Amino acid sequence: MIEPKGRREFMQLLGLGGVVFASGLAGACSNILRKSGGPEDDFFFVQLSDTHWGFSGPPNPEAANTLRQAVRAVNALPLQPDFIVFTGDLTHTTDDENVRRTRMREFKSIVADLKAPIQHYMPGEHDASLDQGKAFQENFGATHYSFDHKGIHFAVIDNVSDPQAAIGDAQLDWLRADLKPFNAEAPIVIFTHRPLFDLAPQWDWATKDGSKAIDILQHWKNVTVFYGHIHQEHHFRTGAIAHHAAQSLIFPLPAPMSQPKRTPVPWDPTHPRRGLGFREISTDASRLLLTLKEDSLEGVSSAQSAQAMGSY
Amino acid sequence: MRAPLLLTILLATASTEMPAPEKVIQVTAEKFKFTPAVIELKLGEPVLLELTSLDRKHGFQVPDLKIDESVEAGQITRVRIVPDRVGTFPFHCDVFCGSGHEGMEGEIVVKP
Repeated sequence: MIEPKGRREFMQLLGLGGVVFASGLAGACSNILRKSGGPEDDFFFVQLSDTHWGFSGPPNPEAANTLRQAVRAVNALPLQPDFIVFTGDLTHTTDDENVRRTRMREFKSIVADLKAPIQHYMPGEHDASLDQGKAFQENFGATHYSFDHKGIHFAVIDNVSDPQAAIGDAQLDWLRADLKPFNAEAPIVIFTHRPLFDLAPQWDWATKDGSKAIDILQHWKNVTVFYGHIHQEHHFRTGAIAHHAAQSLIFPLPAPMSQPKRTPVPWDPTHPRRGLGFREISTDASRLLLTLKEDSLEGVSSAQSAQAMGSY
Repeated sequence: MRAPLLLTILLATASTEMPAPEKVIQVTAEKFKFTPAVIELKLGEPVLLELTSLDRKHGFQVPDLKIDESVEAGQITRVRIVPDRVGTFPFHCDVFCGSGHEGMEGEIVVKP
């Protein structure tokens, strides 16, 4: 792992191959100016989502290679992230329980090549909704949990093990208790699979009781949610809470309600990996600003900018 | 987003408050389709949907009409509708039911 020599070098390395956009709350910016510290205070993590290992079909004729390409792309970053989070749909659904477990084992074997020292996983509905998360838990552990990393509290919410896309009161009680020790200013990051807000219920892009989670989260001022499910970059706010959806690593889906049906964007042989990619999220000593950088699998030169509405 | 709810919907439990007679439409759900997939209604004509599953638990969700019901095998789920606006209102299964779940959908079409 390459160790940065200073904050400027760290940010320059993160910015390689793409445009980085960051914004923050007014108070947060002043904190950054005041508190910006040494390189040991900076860190970043990577979000990968919707790898759908096991999928085959016209939307991605190269599906058997895409996950490995993503692993190589992350390993090729000039700096390795502190950790990698997979925000669900690791595998593509199957009605065959044995095939489901085989796909999960194959997925684990492929991502074992990642250089990053820590990986965090959560299920999508393709992984967990047919068996209430049983196979997922056998292979990856709990479907909801929390952890702390260098001053940020991270919580993983499972909104897929219930096939009706509900979080459930028991998990909501857990979330409330998990966050209770933190003061209103604490930086909190939520990982989940489905959007917690009603992005497009007609396309099943919602969480049945997501509003209850948002009601809990709104008691904290610096909350950012990273999710997957919709196979495209998307940014939205509910009050002070920022929600950021990630690109997938299998095939892109159309913009919400932009067409009658949510059919995949047709595969383009001239741009076979268009719309596929992952996200780098960096923060500095303040922990009050997140910088999002979208990386495309099409190549390092095609990375796109992302407005960090979720900065806190 | 689509237009707000403009149909009158009452569940079967409120049937005593509804005028009779009404048209009954039977709808079946199975992996991974609804039959019929297109439910045609006439403006102002009360209708009772009787939904049942042929295999496992499914859902019947019509977000534009605020309908969100479970459909179980061996049971009938009744949904009463009095259409008061023409239009097309998509519905889908919202209980993840397998590899074809994402295509299990249909639409209610209200005609003048």
